[in-house]
Amino acid sequence: MATQQSAARAIDINSMQRGSKMNLEAEEVCLQVKGFNLFYGDKQALHGVNMTIPKNRVTAFIGPSGCGKSTLLRCFNRMNDLIDSVSIEGDMLLDGNDLNAPSVNVADLRRQVGMVFQKPNPFPKSIYENVAYGLRLQGVNDRATLDNVVEKSLKGAALWDEVKDRLHESAMGMSGGQQQRLVIARAIAIEPEVLLLDEPASALDPLSTLKIEELIHELKEKYTIVIVTHNMQQAARVSDYTAFMYMGELIEFGPTDELFTNPKKKQTEDYITGRYG
Amino acid sequence: MATNNSQHISQQFEQELQDIRSRVLAMGGLVEQQVGNALKSLKKADIELARTVMAEDNLVNDLEMKIDEECIQIIALRQPTASDLRLVTVILKAITDLERIGDEAYNIAQKTLNLTANEHSKKNYSELSKLGNHVRGLLRDALDAFARLDVDAALNVAREAQEADAEYESFMRSMLTYMMEDPRTISRVLDLMWSARALERITAHTHNLCEYVIYLVEGKDVRHLTVEKMEKLLERDDE
Repeated sequence: MATQQSAARAIDINSMQRGSKMNLEAEEVCLQVKGFNLFYGDKQALHGVNMTIPKNRVTAFIGPSGCGKSTLLRCFNRMNDLIDSVSIEGDMLLDGNDLNAPSVNVADLRRQVGMVFQKPNPFPKSIYENVAYGLRLQGVNDRATLDNVVEKSLKGAALWDEVKDRLHESAMGMSGGQQQRLVIARAIAIEPEVLLLDEPASALDPLSTLKIEELIHELKEKYTIVIVTHNMQQAARVSDYTAFMYMGELIEFGPTDELFTNPKKKQTEDYITGRYG
Repeated sequence: MATNNSQHISQQFEQELQDIRSRVLAMGGLVEQQVGNALKSLKKADIELARTVMAEDNLVNDLEMKIDEECIQIIALRQPTASDLRLVTVILKAITDLERIGDEAYNIAQKTLNLTANEHSKKNYSELSKLGNHVRGLLRDALDAFARLDVDAALNVAREAQEADAEYESFMRSMLTYMMEDPRTISRVLDLMWSARALERITAHTHNLCEYVIYLVEGKDVRHLTVEKMEKLLERDDE
């Protein structure tokens, strides 16, 4: 009996599961979206979206083209401000503060909420200067500080070992996958709270994609990550929570493993299994 | 989320899923027939039929491997999700149980050969064939539930399986008394007990099939639960 008990203790079944069971209600809140509508002129692109994005987790948005997932993502750092015809209703809170409040400085907000796009967009500068760029904008010019941050950020983006001997070469000579990781290094150099990734791996080959996914997994220790992806297998692999959007509405939002094995809504099921209703 | 009846955009994928489903049903039909023939060979002391059952076990084994391969192909090439994923995983598991049921039919047929080798009274055969018919009926109902994705039917079979288990227990007790009364019957009764044991195993595998149907349709893992707990788990969600 005693040996049986110790054997049972040696095999901790809970630790065999992939992470612990995800429970949205138990999570610390990072971003909150409440009754959110967005219009491009007369055309409504988001319809009454309500959701809570948990801190230090990876949340994936999936859905067909034009479903509003990128539009919603861009609201989190007010990228839509750049489009004149956009008007919004409802609330969007970052750590409980309305990020659309008039008092909010958009540049500060974007420092807190960094963004990486589909196509890597390094500046036509050296690798080093790309990463140091954000800090230089903030007026930091101390060489030692910059060296330190560049190294830390490149390590954080799993790129350091590949580029440490050519930091002062142009970033334009890097491969697409390296450029994308460089852009992520640039984004984390200013230590944001949230990282928004809009199709970060769709222009990359499978191995570079896996590196980015591995990186996302490491980055969630420090950052809250929201990722938009067309690649459902990728959403399934990298995210803790998945939101399925359709025609500007949030259809279903829940733990990724549940959404991909047993979705609650038929629309979600049809989309992820590749059917038409 | 119940399984999906709308069509895949990829017709080929749709066809592949249809194919493995119908192949499993064909395998189920074959296995059920094997069990039926094994029981018939025992009851009628039909050596020829028993030999056929033993020979045809190969067909069951081949089907298992074939379906297994097709499921792996689908996983590798299609990365199924949601109800498709549940269908493929359930089929991978179900064919293992079906193959085992086939093995048990083989075992019963083998006992027929032993029992008919010596001239013996047919007493006890009737009780065994009663249990056998019950178990065979459960298997048929479970396969039906799988074909029709019928959770209620699956629950019924799981419930009935408990009764079959009770019948098995009482059969075993009565065999013990035969052996105690007349030790000369021991070798014959042992063969009967092994056959009953095979039927009990078939019931257990049938019960597994019911659990797979519930997982496939409801996405709920009901393994290792009593029937009452299964019902409760399924009810709670309906509210």
